[in-house]
Amino acid sequence: MNIAELFPKLLDLTVFDYLRSVWGNAPWVEVVLDIIAILTVSTFALLLVFLLGWTERKVLARMQDRIGPNRVGGRFGQLQMVADVVKMMTKEMIIPAGADRIAYFAAPILSLMTSLLLFAVLPFAPGLIGVDLNVGVFYVLSISSVSVVALLLAGWGSNNKYALLGAFRSVAQLVSYEVPMILSILVPILLARSMSTVGLVEAQPIPFFFYAPLSAVIFFVASLAETGRSPFDLLEAESEIIAGFHTEYTGMVFGLFMAAEYIGIIFMSALFVTAYWSGYRLFGLENVVLNGLQLGRILGFLVIAGKTAVVFFLFMWIRATLPRFRIDQLLNFGWKFLVPLSIVLIFVVVILDKVLVEVGLVGGSNEVVRMGIHLVSNLLIGWATIEILRRRAKTARQDYEAEAAARDAARVTAPAHAD
Amino acid sequence: MIPLSWYLIVAALLFSMGLYGVFARRNAVAILMSVELMLNAVNINLVAFWRYLAPDQVTGMAWAIFVLTVAAAEAAVGLALIISVYRNRDSVVAEELDLLKN
Amino acid sequence: MAEQITFIIGSILALGAGFIVVTNRNLFHGALALMISFLGVAAIYLSLDAGFLAAAQLLIYIGAISILIIFAIMLTRRMMQTTEDPFNSQFLLALAASVTVFAILFSAIVYVWPLTASNSVPLAAKTAVADAVLQDTVVNLGSAFVGADGYVIPFELASILLLAAMVGAIIVAWPKPEDVA
Repeated sequence: MNIAELFPKLLDLTVFDYLRSVWGNAPWVEVVLDIIAILTVSTFALLLVFLLGWTERKVLARMQDRIGPNRVGGRFGQLQMVADVVKMMTKEMIIPAGADRIAYFAAPILSLMTSLLLFAVLPFAPGLIGVDLNVGVFYVLSISSVSVVALLLAGWGSNNKYALLGAFRSVAQLVSYEVPMILSILVPILLARSMSTVGLVEAQPIPFFFYAPLSAVIFFVASLAETGRSPFDLLEAESEIIAGFHTEYTGMVFGLFMAAEYIGIIFMSALFVTAYWSGYRLFGLENVVLNGLQLGRILGFLVIAGKTAVVFFLFMWIRATLPRFRIDQLLNFGWKFLVPLSIVLIFVVVILDKVLVEVGLVGGSNEVVRMGIHLVSNLLIGWATIEILRRRAKTARQDYEAEAAARDAARVTAPAHAD
Repeated sequence: MIPLSWYLIVAALLFSMGLYGVFARRNAVAILMSVELMLNAVNINLVAFWRYLAPDQVTGMAWAIFVLTVAAAEAAVGLALIISVYRNRDSVVAEELDLLKN
Repeated sequence: MAEQITFIIGSILALGAGFIVVTNRNLFHGALALMISFLGVAAIYLSLDAGFLAAAQLLIYIGAISILIIFAIMLTRRMMQTTEDPFNSQFLLALAASVTVFAILFSAIVYVWPLTASNSVPLAAKTAVADAVLQDTVVNLGSAFVGADGYVIPFELASILLLAAMVGAIIVAWPKPEDVA
């Protein structure tokens, strides 16, 4: 086979058919093909870590008025991550005394495994997806709930009180923010009438962000918390609990945690793009066919990569900008603000969309009207939320001021009691 | 092709192991874990019968999901009870919880 | 073929890890084994074409119940450091009872549905059904849960049960006022 022959086959997604025709119909062929597919997707995800790790260091440095990596591999330090990996590989792996070895070593493996498993249902381009499960989004949620276990294992296995405290905190955070995340991603599922990721993309001639900006924001915030990024980086919180659950990890075992974290962030950005920004679609660019070449596949891939990069840049920007939440603020924000708001949003979307279906304002050219009505309802809810918050803040401020005034008065009138 | 009986036997084995755990373990958390094993065995049966007998209906799946729900509720309440007992009696060994006996 | 492999792997995981759960001395390892056992059961669901239930198993059993159990183990962890026997005095009796239960179940199963896969055996293979029907199971399940001719009352009862369990768990585990200070 030569490359010129293979390239159109790659774009037609008939490479596997071609390999089947070469290798015949033996039972092992399917197994080998599956393994090739799995390795391709995993390797791709792991290579992204190299790229994005460097980008993040560079961007963060620029935002903090530093230069960032500038030695290894040229003046922009392009090979910095390679040097980092070599460093991690050559470092000694120290196992803490009294560690629970099974838990200690299972944790990083489980962490990386769950992150990589997520990529199975991500549509990279039209037709280019690991498996198009009809419960794709549900699969994502269940796999990411398993990743919580890895933190507990790491915290317990390290035999270190900071690691254990960090693990407890992280689990509280992750379990709490799973709820608004599930509730907010229900909105695009309801709008698309499909739980499959491909179904989500195909239902978005107009991105769902314009239907439901509020739930998109909630999902974004929840995914920040789920991936443990600032302002929700209590998982690590260097100044408080050293490094949280991975305090006791060194060398490449720590590297696995880092890789898992980056892959999780990339996936969450890509999922945000898929659910709210119409994934690989951009004005029909994904369907371009040139001289029988399925050029749209490459374009669609570039489109989703570009959109994901923008979201990833937002992640970095927020990390460079916002300070960290306190744990009680974080839990209050999740349970008392995000969860009720997303429940309200679900109810509104369900009722409104049902009414629109009954009236016949769904699909085709009516889609714009549908979008407009959803958008207006969202803006109304957003306005009402801000109004309620403003009033609450006002009363809270008044209470506080009254209390302070009373305290001052007490201090002025009763100095005799001071001693 | 796997005959239905294989699924049922796996479920029966899992159920018996859970039963043994419930009867023989001393720690209340371990007993709870064994109960979860038994519930899983029941679920395997439900899903296997659904797939082999009536895959075009949802009865088996629906019941399996109810079992999941009940298991979640049971675990939450059971663990809350265990923590409460541990706080009051400083023990989670089932045999030592004999206040009503004497 | 794939189905058999999934079933065999799932059964080995579920049963092997289940055995560790009931016999292990270290409760924390027992909880880990419990997770692996749940994973095996999820694989068995996959071999039965119940992907939705397998995902639900991961979400609820591994993501929620196992974590609750591990939390409970950690909160009562002084119990873990005992070196005494994990079994009580009636373990032989328990062994006899569970073996008897298994023997009864096994003979009943084999009497009705023999182990071989020949055509004369009832339910030797899955009922043939179109892929589309299996794909639609989730949709049908959704409508059955809220349909008047489906399971709407059990469904609502389940939600009330969950709410009651949540409230009950919070109240039971709430520290007494004198403990807090």
